[in-house]
Amino acid sequence: MEYSLHFGAVWASFDKLLSGLAIGLGLAVVAVAIGTVLGLLAAFASVGPYRLLRWAAAFYVSLIRNLPLLVLVLLAYFALPQAGITLDKYQSFAGALALYSGAYLTEVFRAGLISVPKGVIEAARAIGLTRLQTNVSVVAPIMLRNALPSLGNTFIGMFKDSSIAAAIAVPELTFEARKINVDTFRVIETWTVASGLYIAACVVIAALLRGLERRFPKF
Amino acid sequence: MSDKQHPLLAIRGLKKQFGATEVLKGVDLDLNKGDVVSIIGSSGSGKTTLLRCVNLLEEYQGGEIALDGETIGYRSGDGRRRRLSDRELSRQRAMTGMVFQSFNLFPHLTAAGNVMLGLRKVLKLPKAEARAIAENWLARVGLAARADHYPSQLSGGQQQRVAIARALAMNPKLVLLDEVTSALDPELVQEVLNTVKGIADDGATLLIVTHEMRFARDVSSRVVFMEQGRIAEDGPPAQIFGAPKNARLAEFLRTTRH
Repeated sequence: MEYSLHFGAVWASFDKLLSGLAIGLGLAVVAVAIGTVLGLLAAFASVGPYRLLRWAAAFYVSLIRNLPLLVLVLLAYFALPQAGITLDKYQSFAGALALYSGAYLTEVFRAGLISVPKGVIEAARAIGLTRLQTNVSVVAPIMLRNALPSLGNTFIGMFKDSSIAAAIAVPELTFEARKINVDTFRVIETWTVASGLYIAACVVIAALLRGLERRFPKF
Repeated sequence: MSDKQHPLLAIRGLKKQFGATEVLKGVDLDLNKGDVVSIIGSSGSGKTTLLRCVNLLEEYQGGEIALDGETIGYRSGDGRRRRLSDRELSRQRAMTGMVFQSFNLFPHLTAAGNVMLGLRKVLKLPKAEARAIAENWLARVGLAARADHYPSQLSGGQQQRVAIARALAMNPKLVLLDEVTSALDPELVQEVLNTVKGIADDGATLLIVTHEMRFARDVSSRVVFMEQGRIAEDGPPAQIFGAPKNARLAEFLRTTRH
């Protein structure tokens, strides 16, 4: 059987793919922003002096990390309304991805926290900084610098996971590509172009993060 | 200024244990303003732990430490002894400066940034004033030209001098120096010792843990020999190094003299 490539049909709907890409990126940015806050809180809790908070952080991480993202997304979109919480598909997906990324980021930040030398923390305490001041002015910046490379990995992973939103009909890139595929039957062309867009976006994200890494002093 | 009723630092019956191991078994030590006291002794004798208790980096189980008349670290009332709040401990820690064996500079801040952090966050000074004080202190330790270098761009000796500037800039009542040359390459030791000698000559009150016997002899007004968690001998350098009374001290000096 011959299959001759015709990209024309895909280019005709290219604007749909681009808007899908923008929606996916937007969802990922919102989710990762919330997830970063969750991850920071849970990471500091998990290495902190309060046993209850350590347990809460450990429970959160193991609960979320042991659920497939797709299940979490379906749970948020279909089960929450039954419990009286109604979110639109964007909100429920962003919320699910935020929770999910938060669990992974907790581990990334926790590893970064463990790598902060104890002596440096003592030096901060010795000049009279309180525990909170030490965490904000000394521990957090060192931790972020140490965590940056794996942070980049997680960010890229979360952006790619925005494709899961297609399962609840969020018109992001994968959803739009599937529609074009069904409408035009240009299977190879559609998915090749969609893949190209994912790769291009990830390369740009990676470059931005590397740029950020270079701005931090080396230590 | 030897007001015996009110020494700058008064340690009474200090006891500290790590689990079942008793590290300090009742230490008494007084320092008056302007004193330079060196603590010598073999590793494991409790020297460093003593310094860390004074700076409240370690908790201790018995005894009392008073700094300039204020009992630090604990509050006792109705027969119970309670560790002070983080806020109180931080305020009291700011009254002493500490220089560590391994420098412990903040790696994400420049030399000036290291000196400025405490001035800004603890003493709440405006940025320009903190910067001026930092530059002044960096100049005094001979690092005026390195103010905007990061620790990773400095030699060990330079890093330790920044750490000294960081401690002194806070204008502490007492400076604790914990084996400040032990992690340095031999050729860098002297520049740090000269810096310490300089601040001693300027009248700072110093409590020094050191393995540099010649330095302890040159710079100290008093030398304390610690042995198994106790102070075994306390006297002027001439007595400690010239005519030690304690047999273990004599033995220690024989083995460390090279």
